Amino acid sequence: MADAAVLPAPIAKKVPGRFWIVPPAALLALLFFYPLVLIVQQAFMDDSGMANVGEFVRVLHARFFLNALINTITISVAATAGCLIVGLVLGLILAFVPFPGSGVIARLIDTFIALPTFLVTLAFTFLYGSAGMLNAGLMEAFSLQAPPVNFLYSTWGVVLAEVTVYSPFVLRPLLAAFSLVDRGQIEAASVLGARPFRIVRQVILPAAVPALIAGGSLCLLLTVNEFGIVLFIGAKGVITLPLLIYSKAIQESAYQVACIIAVINIALSLGLFGLYRFAAGRLGA
Amino acid sequence: MLVWSRPGRIVLWLVFALLFSVLFLAPLAVILLSSLADQWNGVLPSGLTTEHYSDVVQGAAWKAVKASLVTGFLAGAVALVSGTWAALALRIQDATLARVLGVLFFIPSAVPSVSVGLGLLVAFSHPPLLLNGTIAIVMAAHFVLISAFTFGNVSAGLARLSPDFEQVASSLGARPAYRLRHVTLPLLAPYLVAAFGLSFALSMGELGATVMVYPPGWVTLPVSIFSLTDRGDVFAGAALTMVLVAVTLILLLGLERVTGRQARS
Repeated sequence: MADAAVLPAPIAKKVPGRFWIVPPAALLALLFFYPLVLIVQQAFMDDSGMANVGEFVRVLHARFFLNALINTITISVAATAGCLIVGLVLGLILAFVPFPGSGVIARLIDTFIALPTFLVTLAFTFLYGSAGMLNAGLMEAFSLQAPPVNFLYSTWGVVLAEVTVYSPFVLRPLLAAFSLVDRGQIEAASVLGARPFRIVRQVILPAAVPALIAGGSLCLLLTVNEFGIVLFIGAKGVITLPLLIYSKAIQESAYQVACIIAVINIALSLGLFGLYRFAAGRLGA
Repeated sequence: MLVWSRPGRIVLWLVFALLFSVLFLAPLAVILLSSLADQWNGVLPSGLTTEHYSDVVQGAAWKAVKASLVTGFLAGAVALVSGTWAALALRIQDATLARVLGVLFFIPSAVPSVSVGLGLLVAFSHPPLLLNGTIAIVMAAHFVLISAFTFGNVSAGLARLSPDFEQVASSLGARPAYRLRHVTLPLLAPYLVAAFGLSFALSMGELGATVMVYPPGWVTLPVSIFSLTDRGDVFAGAALTMVLVAVTLILLLGLERVTGRQARS
């Protein structure tokens, strides 16, 4: 492939076997970077193959795109804030006020990382959906005609599902950071009469800031790209960028529009990826 | 211990129990319950049945389990070979280049899965590389999405290996190929198993790229769960989700036992 030739290194003679990197790099170039280049190319070209930014500008100003962009950013920021709060509360208790079995619980939460994200949405429809347990219970108890709890099919349903799915990604680095906090320092502070809240603020939190930044930026990235949760909730009003790409390409066969939205979504993700790498790099230092 | 007073601790534990049950325990429990539910019109199902499981096993579900397992194993194996290869090859590049290439190998994890699927559709729908409509395009999508995680896991393992063993092997005259086979790879084995387990789990739950590229005869578990629930057949969807969770967890636990045994021996 022509594109594979871009990756291999400038040649230097001193180390033998430098070219061993070529096969895996070429495979990734063919299956990932080459399609990526084609997406960008399609976004800026019309059917006759001429460069044309007219369509790009049109999509950028379109209502459906702006709505999806605003939804994506709102959901991502709200879910990340939720993940940070939930992760911090769970992490503080697991690390500093442990109870019998807290180790097992921590591992159980960790396995959530391996489960498919749409599982939580599916569970939420049984719990909080219009015919779910909560609504059925409330309607029975208060003899209501209509289901009183409707948040699931709004932005907040997606946010709650994403908090569940992604707070383990904050908890994991946080517990690692907490394990390095000097227990003697905490005991000394509390013997000297510092209240728990003050110890958390002045001793524990400063040590956890890099982990919070790394976990938080990872959450931003993952929630911007989340697809399964939004697809499974299937609410008309909650369309995000990945869902828009899917519906434009598969349901409407509007490939150019899909590519334009994909370019913007990818640019947003790569920016957040840069932020995460920067934060994780500082965490390692 | 941060909080010394007993009432204070109990309040915190109650907060933890509430958060944990609402966020993590309730979703899992309710999926399990609904997969066994007979009829569900009130707060709790009116009866329990294993009907959904037998329906699912007799229906198209068995094909979906097979499609997901084959995809997960093949894409995971290719990602493992390519990721290990890349991580090992990067060690003999000079530092700047290794850093740049390292970032390039990580980038697929940052790109939304739907866009990965879209790119494959755009790139491979015309000859000479016509993959659209074949199983290969599903494999390619899964490979791309998990490759960064395998690469990352193996690189992290390599960074943690003590260089002493390899240096001793070299100074005793072991050639690079011999050293790789008999020293580096065995030391790396636990990380390779962990990397494969993670990529397999990711592949089993992958939806965004698969839903873009899958051909009619190769419907993976997540895609068939989606089409079941989309049709309103939520109980069968829940049963199939339990099958997915069970298969993933059994494989992960199995791999963990393998690594555990290696670590002890």
